[in-house]
Amino acid sequence: MIFLYFAWVREQIGTDSETIEVPAPVRTVSELLDWLATRSPGHEAALADRSRIRVALDDEFALPESLVGAAQEVAVFPPVTGG
Amino acid sequence: MIRIEVQPQVFDTAVELSRLAEGRADIGAIASFTGLVRADSGLTALTLEHHPTMTGRELARIAAAAEARWPILAGTIIHRYGRLLPGDPIVLVAIASPHRSAAFAACEYLMDWLKTRAPFWKRETGPWGERWVEAKAEDDAAADRWRNSR
Repeated sequence: MIFLYFAWVREQIGTDSETIEVPAPVRTVSELLDWLATRSPGHEAALADRSRIRVALDDEFALPESLVGAAQEVAVFPPVTGG
Repeated sequence: MIRIEVQPQVFDTAVELSRLAEGRADIGAIASFTGLVRADSGLTALTLEHHPTMTGRELARIAAAAEARWPILAGTIIHRYGRLLPGDPIVLVAIASPHRSAAFAACEYLMDWLKTRAPFWKRETGPWGERWVEAKAEDDAAADRWRNSR
């Protein structure tokens, strides 16, 4: 699965993208973030406060309870601040 | 049809507005919003990052929702990314309609949803160094009120 990171999530994790094999038991976005947080201290720090994290699966906004399913790409980022 | 551009280049609001009405006589009203970089507290630059594949898609979705709601004859949404300086334009939303009420309302609707749905992130450079702009709860509230209104 391709992971994309933006803004301070990207800075704290230390890369803008990575391709990682996701373990089978991961079903929801929430579980995906739980597992991702164990990858490194940077991942853990970036994902520590889930109220400040938003996720998109294949370019569609997802909720913590959304199923990851067959998504190819997951984007992890802070709440948006455009406009 | 609302034209959508996501670009690093500067735009000229006056040029964009005259382009909207060019060669047609059915438009009675054009309303627009232009967002500019403010030099608050000594800000020297504003850098916008975005999710390249998701941005156009989200903007198209917001534009389609506005077109379903109001009689929109033409429109333009331009959002810039990259490093901008105080005074630079960031975003333009312009809507042409037969009458003013639809043009005003659609502009406000598009800006409210763009603020909460379009995947852009602002980083401020100034005396503090670099810092990411925090999302505002009032922006969510502004978008939410459209859910309960006509």
